Amino acid sequence: MVVILGALLLGGLLAWVAERWGEVWPRGVALMALAIAAASSLVPSWRGEVAWPWIPRLGVGFHLAVDGLSLLLVWLALFLGFVSVVVSWREIKERVGLFHFNLLWVLAGVIGVFLAADLMLFYLFWELMLIPMAFLILVWGYGDRVRSALKFFIFTQASGLAMLVSIVALAVFHARTTGRLSFDLMELQGTPLSQGAARWVMFGFVAAFAVKLPAVPVHTWLPDAHTDAPTAGSVVLAGLLLKTGAYGLLRFVVPLFPQAAAEAAPILMGVGVAGILYGAVVAFAQTDFKRLVAYTSVAHMGFVLLGIFALNPMARQGAVLQMIAHGISTPALFIIAGALQARLHTRDLREMGGLWAVAPRMGAVALFFIVATLGLPGLGNFVAEFLTLAGTFQMRAWMAAVAAAGVVGAAIYALSLMQRSFHGPHREGLVMSDLSVREVVVLGVMMAVLVGLGLVPQPVLDLAGGAHVGP
Amino acid sequence: MQDLLWLVPGLPLLGFLVLSLAGGRLSRPAMAAVGTGSVGASAMVATLVALGFHEPFRQVLWEWMRVGEFAPTIGFRLDALSLVMILVITWVGFLIHAYSCAFMAGDAGYRRFFAIMNLFVAAMLTLVLADNLLFLYLGWEGVGLCSYLLIGFWYQDPANGRAARKAFIVTRVGDTAFAIGLFFLIAQVGTLDIEEAMTRAGSISAATAAALLLGGAVGKSAQIPLQVWLPDAMAGPTPVSALIHAATMVTAGVYLIARTQALFALAPVVQTMVAVIGAATLLLGGIGALAQRDIKRVLAYSTMSQIGLMFLALGLGAWPAAIFHFMTHAFFKALLFLAAGSVTLSLHHEHDIFRMGGLWKSLPISFATFLIGAASLSGMPFVTAGFFSKESILGSAWERGVGWWSVALVGVLLTSLYIFRVVFIVFFGEAKTSVAPRRDVLLTLPMVALAILALVGGWIPIPVGVFEPHVGVASVVSMAGIVIAWSLRAPLAFPGVDFDGLYERAFVRPFLRLANAVGRDPADAVSFGPAWAAATAHRLASATQTGSLRWYAAGIVFGGVVLLAVVLWW
Repeated sequence: MVVILGALLLGGLLAWVAERWGEVWPRGVALMALAIAAASSLVPSWRGEVAWPWIPRLGVGFHLAVDGLSLLLVWLALFLGFVSVVVSWREIKERVGLFHFNLLWVLAGVIGVFLAADLMLFYLFWELMLIPMAFLILVWGYGDRVRSALKFFIFTQASGLAMLVSIVALAVFHARTTGRLSFDLMELQGTPLSQGAARWVMFGFVAAFAVKLPAVPVHTWLPDAHTDAPTAGSVVLAGLLLKTGAYGLLRFVVPLFPQAAAEAAPILMGVGVAGILYGAVVAFAQTDFKRLVAYTSVAHMGFVLLGIFALNPMARQGAVLQMIAHGISTPALFIIAGALQARLHTRDLREMGGLWAVAPRMGAVALFFIVATLGLPGLGNFVAEFLTLAGTFQMRAWMAAVAAAGVVGAAIYALSLMQRSFHGPHREGLVMSDLSVREVVVLGVMMAVLVGLGLVPQPVLDLAGGAHVGP
Repeated sequence: MQDLLWLVPGLPLLGFLVLSLAGGRLSRPAMAAVGTGSVGASAMVATLVALGFHEPFRQVLWEWMRVGEFAPTIGFRLDALSLVMILVITWVGFLIHAYSCAFMAGDAGYRRFFAIMNLFVAAMLTLVLADNLLFLYLGWEGVGLCSYLLIGFWYQDPANGRAARKAFIVTRVGDTAFAIGLFFLIAQVGTLDIEEAMTRAGSISAATAAALLLGGAVGKSAQIPLQVWLPDAMAGPTPVSALIHAATMVTAGVYLIARTQALFALAPVVQTMVAVIGAATLLLGGIGALAQRDIKRVLAYSTMSQIGLMFLALGLGAWPAAIFHFMTHAFFKALLFLAAGSVTLSLHHEHDIFRMGGLWKSLPISFATFLIGAASLSGMPFVTAGFFSKESILGSAWERGVGWWSVALVGVLLTSLYIFRVVFIVFFGEAKTSVAPRRDVLLTLPMVALAILALVGGWIPIPVGVFEPHVGVASVVSMAGIVIAWSLRAPLAFPGVDFDGLYERAFVRPFLRLANAVGRDPADAVSFGPAWAAATAHRLASATQTGSLRWYAAGIVFGGVVLLAVVLWW
């Protein structure tokens, strides 16, 4: 585990330094660092635990642990890391070293979040992924990137502080009953809390995770951040940063506050359903390709929220699979948006149309990911949504029924996206090159993963099934 | 032999994969060969399997997923019902593919066309062979996707795109009911395995489950109230219409109800609803067909109406009769579409029947085949396949009461009226357009083959039941319809129920208004709220810093007075 984090952190620094030798060097270093991390993540023996004392006086430990859920998300992070480096190959031309430094450090932060078994360490990684992400938008972004980066930073930072207060409060409550200060997740689990205290402490966590997820109505940083981020930024944002919110809910909120979570479940499920419907309607109304896809994320992560708080094994596995499937399908749509922007210098759907005529390969690939987004059976997103809704139905039937209406909404926005970009009359003079080999390879692998998740989801479901920290 | 079952949907799927992944390197004849050959091979395998068929069996490829007790498979099950379905789908599908080789020649999207057609057939075969409802749903949605892609095949025209999206979204409304039905079944019986679920269905609220499944069937089979997508679906190439109407897609709902008829039998109210919906659609479709000018739209309304007849049979519990009619309908409806296609192809894509006329001389093969299709559709006694299946439905209706039987009889009358009206308008009278006959053996052969099936298909023994036809009132009514049709050659218009307009007002416009209202994301106020508050506070506070001594002095005095007042008050 330390090797994975170390490879990314050191690789980031090295990539920064390597810039002076040429543009290709940072890219190569980044790929190398990712390869080392990926190789060590495949070795089964790493799936143990690391527990070093860090700040013993405060009971803070450098405690990393891994289980099925973490493992899945670490793999997703590394996979999207490769994807990000490759899709930035042509797009990023300035300060290439610094770019890869930021990229690898975000990944390190994200992976740290997925592995941390100590709340202070978790918070450290939580902050670690925030700053380089804001830089990715700020330096290599488009449009009103300063405002978007700031908005992203303020939203996540403010909610992160609420979580910090909750972490400290939880540790204090724990110290009061046991007389020992500790931030270790294993120790904090089962801390007796009064009903009121549990609600408030949980609220701090939920605030941070709901913003990251994002849940309606605190999602509004997302469309701006996505629209102005470079492609790799969108890939990491949609594929990984949103997942840290869902991961936090699964890892901390539900196990630490089982009672309070069960009480709040109907409200949070309602928020999830609201996100599904609201995201679908708002997505349909967008005219910017990336912004539209960003709002589909709001809808999809609504399913995750719904599945987590259905508090039912089937819905939970659906939610986890949704995290993975969405982590592939949505970044792929952002890659297509980026490819269109690079060729047409616009993301405005009103200026597109009929692009299938000039780029049929890109059209077919876009179609694939668009139908994945609308939940076509045979692809991963369907299995995820189906299990989520079927599980939710067993708990609260009417909520699943209302959420299912969101599936019709998904068809409306997804097909409208297809119509406005690749179908419809082809404009005179709107010419562009089709997908390059590099793009085909990246997107092709992502397609294969989605088909795999759709037809043979069991390995992922098995990993998602047993989700408790520690060996 | 039985082990080959998976190849039946597998071969068309392989055809799709070859065409879409490696098809760019193929020559056009090779594309046609792969596209048509894969369906032809599938038809051969289906026939081999049918010859060796003794009793129902299942072939599980792998377990799809397992969550607790819920463990659907990727697996097939073949019984008499699926056997009839796969034979019709593969053979009719094959003939339509062969016809397409010539019909689509010269189209820029030749490879895309065959790729999606193959996927369409594969999805439909999956639908009818799936051993569990979740896998069936995969085929179900796959069929929906392919119909979307094929209706909007000529994507440059926005009208086609609109028709395609309409088809997908309207059917998805039904599909959502279907999906909720699946959730309900999982919650109630814990499995989606069709056999298991049907045997356990006795212990649950079968009416709820049946009603939800009916929602899905109504959408896919274009029955009232979700029938609106079908007439617009004519935007696709004619072979696509033939495939959608004859072998795939719209018959999926009929299959679903037949497949789960144990569930429907437990819910008499829902079953009656099926019959009522079928009867209403039978009449509405028949009247609608009389009012059309576009030859393909006449056929579209005809399909709606004929599927309504099948729903009526299903609702009356006579599912074998419904499946029998599905088979004969597949023959004559595919034939009618292909014949109509050969007409429009020879008339520079003219679709308006009132601009045609006297074509029997210039297009003898189209005329003969269309006539056979029309005769079969209207159930001409003994010599056509349609006669046998229609009679078997009327026979069951008679047993259930004279009311149902009379409705079916009116449907029979309407059918021969609208279709022979087209025959008379298009092929008789004076010629109105120049004709450039397209002669191609690939166009003609499938038409001839289907014409033979439309004539003698009624004699094919099918394993779902034995039917004893008799010439009765229906035959007389149908013949009378043909005679009346001769006098109805002028354009007709009826004040009908404007479903499209109704849905436009009730759903489409409110949705657009809503999307317009929230498009700029009012939730952003959450973030703008604190930002605005901070900015306003900043403005107010900085407004006090005027630099004017008098204001400061006044402020100090005012503050002092307030402070003094507060202190004194206490």
